[in-house]
Amino acid sequence: MNLDMYNPFVIPFAFGVVILFVNLAIAFVSWLYRLDKVQRRQIGKNIISFKTLAAIWEAIRECLFHRNIFKTNPILGYMHFSLAFGWLMLIVIGKVEAVAYEGQYFTNPWLAIFFRFFEDGRDYPYKEVLTFVMDFLLCFVLSGLLLAFIKRMYSKLLGMRKTTKHTPSDRVALISLWCIFPLRLLAESSTAAIEHNGGFLTQSLGNLLAFLPVEKFVTPLWWAYSIALCLFFVFMPFTRYMHIFTEVLLIFLRKWGVIESQKHTGYTDIEINSCSRCGICIDVCQLNTAAKINDVQSVYFIRDVRDLSLDRHIANNCLLCNRCVQACPVGIETTMIRQIYRYKQGNEDIPFYEYINTSKYTEGKNSAPILYFAGCMTHITPGIIDSMKNIFDKADDKYIFIDEDKNICCGRPLRQQGFLEQAEVLKEKLTSIIKDSGAEVLVTSCPICYNSFANEYNLDIKVLHHTQYIKELIDKGKLNLSKQDVKLVYHDPCEISRGNNIYEEPRIIINSIGNLHSTKNEKDDTLCCGGSLANIELNTEQAALITSQTLDVLTKPNPDFIITSCPLCKKTFTKNCSNNKILDISEIVSRNI
Amino acid sequence: MKFGFSLNTSRTIDLDKLDKKKQESFTDDIPTFKRCFACGGCAATCSAQQHTDFNVLKCNLLFRRGEFETLEKELEKCMLCGKCTLVCPRNVNTRAMIIKMRRTLNTKTNL
Ligand code: SF4
Ligand code: SF4
Ligand code: SF4
Ligand code: SF4
Repeated sequence: MNLDMYNPFVIPFAFGVVILFVNLAIAFVSWLYRLDKVQRRQIGKNIISFKTLAAIWEAIRECLFHRNIFKTNPILGYMHFSLAFGWLMLIVIGKVEAVAYEGQYFTNPWLAIFFRFFEDGRDYPYKEVLTFVMDFLLCFVLSGLLLAFIKRMYSKLLGMRKTTKHTPSDRVALISLWCIFPLRLLAESSTAAIEHNGGFLTQSLGNLLAFLPVEKFVTPLWWAYSIALCLFFVFMPFTRYMHIFTEVLLIFLRKWGVIESQKHTGYTDIEINSCSRCGICIDVCQLNTAAKINDVQSVYFIRDVRDLSLDRHIANNCLLCNRCVQACPVGIETTMIRQIYRYKQGNEDIPFYEYINTSKYTEGKNSAPILYFAGCMTHITPGIIDSMKNIFDKADDKYIFIDEDKNICCGRPLRQQGFLEQAEVLKEKLTSIIKDSGAEVLVTSCPICYNSFANEYNLDIKVLHHTQYIKELIDKGKLNLSKQDVKLVYHDPCEISRGNNIYEEPRIIINSIGNLHSTKNEKDDTLCCGGSLANIELNTEQAALITSQTLDVLTKPNPDFIITSCPLCKKTFTKNCSNNKILDISEIVSRNI
Repeated sequence: MKFGFSLNTSRTIDLDKLDKKKQESFTDDIPTFKRCFACGGCAATCSAQQHTDFNVLKCNLLFRRGEFETLEKELEKCMLCGKCTLVCPRNVNTRAMIIKMRRTLNTKTNL
């Protein structure tokens, strides 16, 4: 190591790097320490497996190339790509250059960063090529920076409705980040003006600057460059730029099978710190596009959680429709984090629901292989219950209608509002009822219940939504459907589509009854019906705006009937639609057998 | 002889002594609370009502009267299933009303 390669201006940079890594170490250790048992077990189980290789590949793809952002918005993707990949390459190639110059692997740690200043004009291997590549990379980064600047000033040009607001520490980090590369360009160019050691970019600019008294300001420029780096590194762990490092950790944990738990853990903090504030979640949210509420979306929610300034109205004002989760290039489970914060709004620890007598449910009923659980919502759309009864009878399947006269909620609405202990009580009660029945299959008509039974309950019997059940009946030849010449569209309910990937079954059923037409937002891009039980902040008028946005999309192909497979969607649509064109899938099946 | 009737124990609710703050902050949050015309639709459809004497209408009344202790016990019975909100002809956000009542009354609320 050659200690002559030193100038006091490297001190701010070195200081910044040390502070940054100390901060990162503290944050990473404390997050990992606060993972819960299940999450740790997942890591232990998968850390030595191919999943780790897959994680490395994904980290490269997402953190350096930003493939997901590219897919949603190519310009935004290029911006992130040039800054992330370009900067990394500047460091890597800078190091290569330093090694080539020194002729040994160990060089001063800052030599790669301030190379042009220390280089004394002597020849070293691949000098020309390396100089060219370094200038090219600087151009590349500067082009991304230009886009970032345009994005901040005129976000619409980049296809974004609105970009996010900043906290003071964000602003310091942002300004220092924006200064780093222009300062580097100026510093290298002025050095090139004196030493004639620049590349196509720095030398040309240096020649332009040569008429100025460059000697006077070349060292101050290197100082400024170093200070900008220092400020950025020091502030970075307290700003959104923390995502640069956290996202890598998140990708690894996720590949090892760690998922968000229902309570706040270190993983929640990792997710929160992985948000790059790209703002992609803003434009997919119907609260923004239909109801004109634009301060509650995931990006703002996460920002407020980070800044410890979360307002309960923001935590509660969300449909939990998962459109933003689907769109988020980082894959942050923001809806789960909202539920965690709803839980934090306070919970009572008293016995609940002692009035529910579980023995009443199966008493006096003959055993049967199928258990039908209609669910609360289905009870206010009796047409669905009648149709299901008809379908069971026509298919000659024996069933127990478990909640025919005594309703009990599956617990998901409670869970969504953060009442976890209460939901647990209902879960235990229902589990014992289901176990006592001795049935092998549980059929439910409500997607909310389906989501609960399939993902929250550990039932040892098969759980089917009625779309899946009807599809099975068709496959077995138990139902004879007659195809009509009717035009139908299908609305995917959030809870079974994005929630559980049930896309094909309803489409197969509908296609055997009529002609299914596609709509603009279908499958995982489906819109919310507006009736979501998850949002207690919306007023009726705002909810109606969401419903009509969704109905607009569904009525576009001018269908004879709009088919859905959720009693809540059906009820919400019917309330807001003048003609009687909304049917549940079980109803149209029942009419055609 | 039993007539099936009995006298209520006498009790007084002094509305002047009520601390109105809780009701006021609540009404700002759920303005539809005031729209209820006591038709009872919510109570009739309620899942919890099929098991117990729970009644959404009564919760509303208890809250207005400031009988918070009784109310707290009542509110625990709701399963938040949402049927009441969907059937209400006056678009009262009954479910939000119950959740907010729970949180207004709960001293442990920390957000
Ligand atoms: S939550 Fe996801 S989509 Fe939204 S700003 Fe953060 S990273 Fe982007
Ligand atoms: S879950 Fe739906 S309503 Fe909530 S923020 Fe995301 S897109 Fe908006
Ligand atoms: S259904 Fe609505 S209007 Fe009728 S009593 Fe209940 S809250 Fe009041
Ligand atoms: S949300 Fe509560 S009050 Fe309303 S119907 Fe369901 S159990 Fe009854």
